[in-house]
Amino acid sequence: MALLNFERKYRIRGGTLLGGDLFDFWIGPFYVGFFGVTAAFFAFLGTALIFLGASMEDTWNPWLISIDPPPIEYGLQLAPMADGGIWQIVTICAIGAFVSWALREVEISRKLGMGLHVPIAFGVAIFAYVTLVVIRPFLMGAWGHGFPYGIMSHLDWVSNTGYAYGNFHYNPAHMVAITFFFTTTLALALHGGLVLSATNPGRGKTVKTPEHENAFFRDFIGYSVGTLGIHRVGLFLALSAGIWSAICIVISGPFYEGSWIDWWNAWKNFPIWRM
Amino acid sequence: MTDYQNIFTQTQVRGHIDYGVVEGPGDEPRYRITSTSHLLGRIGDAQIGPLYLGWSGIASLLCGFIAIEIIGLNMWASVGWDPIKFFGQLPWLSLDQPLPEHGLTLFMPLHEGGWWLMAGFFLTSSIILWWVRSYRRAIQLGLGTHICWGFAAAIWLYLVCGFIRPVMMGSWSEAVPFGIFSHLDWTNNLSLLYGNFFYNPFHMLSIAFLYGSALLFAMHAATILAVGRYGGEREIEQITDRGTASERAALFWRWTMGFNASMESIHRWAWWFAILCPITGGIGVLLTGTVVDNWFLWGAENGFARF
Repeated sequence: MALLNFERKYRIRGGTLLGGDLFDFWIGPFYVGFFGVTAAFFAFLGTALIFLGASMEDTWNPWLISIDPPPIEYGLQLAPMADGGIWQIVTICAIGAFVSWALREVEISRKLGMGLHVPIAFGVAIFAYVTLVVIRPFLMGAWGHGFPYGIMSHLDWVSNTGYAYGNFHYNPAHMVAITFFFTTTLALALHGGLVLSATNPGRGKTVKTPEHENAFFRDFIGYSVGTLGIHRVGLFLALSAGIWSAICIVISGPFYEGSWIDWWNAWKNFPIWRM
Repeated sequence: MTDYQNIFTQTQVRGHIDYGVVEGPGDEPRYRITSTSHLLGRIGDAQIGPLYLGWSGIASLLCGFIAIEIIGLNMWASVGWDPIKFFGQLPWLSLDQPLPEHGLTLFMPLHEGGWWLMAGFFLTSSIILWWVRSYRRAIQLGLGTHICWGFAAAIWLYLVCGFIRPVMMGSWSEAVPFGIFSHLDWTNNLSLLYGNFFYNPFHMLSIAFLYGSALLFAMHAATILAVGRYGGEREIEQITDRGTASERAALFWRWTMGFNASMESIHRWAWWFAILCPITGGIGVLLTGTVVDNWFLWGAENGFARF
């Protein structure tokens, strides 16, 4: 694949964490690096195992293929391949691939003289995934509490797990997580729209400046967070959505087993207004 | 490398207040109420205000105030005007939508939905007036109207839930109540009554765009902060005259995943992902009960659900 016209001067050696110059090269547009090799290894093995698992089930319908975790009875043991073992190895492969990808991003950041914000942000997403398939199952004493890898089956898991705790809408951490997701999407629309409106003011009109952006938001809501600030706010909102999602599921089971509807009795019985 | 990650502004410079670019013809004057905040300045701009209201802003705030008064006073009345109980029971309090027997009538007893209809009317007026204001401010400042159309996408979802779908179903009782737990229950029951919303393909799309928006904002915001030392946050300048910040940001993603946006196109991705969340969500709600009675059975008929 052709290089971008400014790309060659950036394709320099260095910045690697492991392997020195050995893997310091590109394939097409992709940087490889030591962690590119490990990411490819884990991704290939995991994908192949998903196909193997699918071949052992009764459908090739992509909506219905599901790689299920072991039954609860196996606890925290390794399970036979046909009975959840594939899920366990796919989980190891997924974590290996995700962590490799994050470390590869660190190498690319270092090579380009950039901060490490992207790999750290990706680390939050990996942490949320690990919470679902490792931390919470471990705390509950069985890998069977992880979610199945399938399009409809993982949706069923979310639905069933939610109703197992009464009604997940009443989980306070779930409320916070959803609020962060909605706020992130609102802020993204506002930010994307503002930059586009300044750079695309209409045919024949001059491109506007950050002062116009500030004026619009101060006029509109009385405050403009500014060109740098919006990216700090956006990163905070997006990462908070992921962190609170992880919190809302890890407290359900390991730390609270009842119905989230009943949890609010604590609020009702707060001494000031006990009814 | 480790000492400057651009998370907080370390040195704050205070000049005089910026009262904004020149106001266009037909504008009313800005309210020059301003202040500065050190804490806000640690994250973003320290300046608060000025504010522009104009007739649409004043009318919008007035309608919003009336709507919140109707909702709040109804809730307060429901606990016998006891202020302690009001806070104690606030999450459970609700101004409910009209009873089913009233259909789509505009005249019904106040306590059987009349207050709800009035609150909804004033809230909707407030939101639409705020949209008018977003549009007029953009035009008067010479900007494009992209934010207005993003806002319109959110209004679409709001109107589908509270107006369009109830009209198509023939009853205001289908609409959303005003209350914390009550609107969550409404959401939950809509899913249960129509056979599991997770099998609604437009709900799937809406969730994908919701999560996708969080993903895109994390990717974009982290990238801009990571190239902050090259002035990456000066996005308009980087769009019109590409600098090393844009080049490094683009190459980061090209080398990571084989594909990159440009400093301008990332904002188009952002805008589309964010507005498609409520657009697809609104379609999903609108089809529920009007076209599809049970999303799980619909999924089984179309080969992606099984018993």
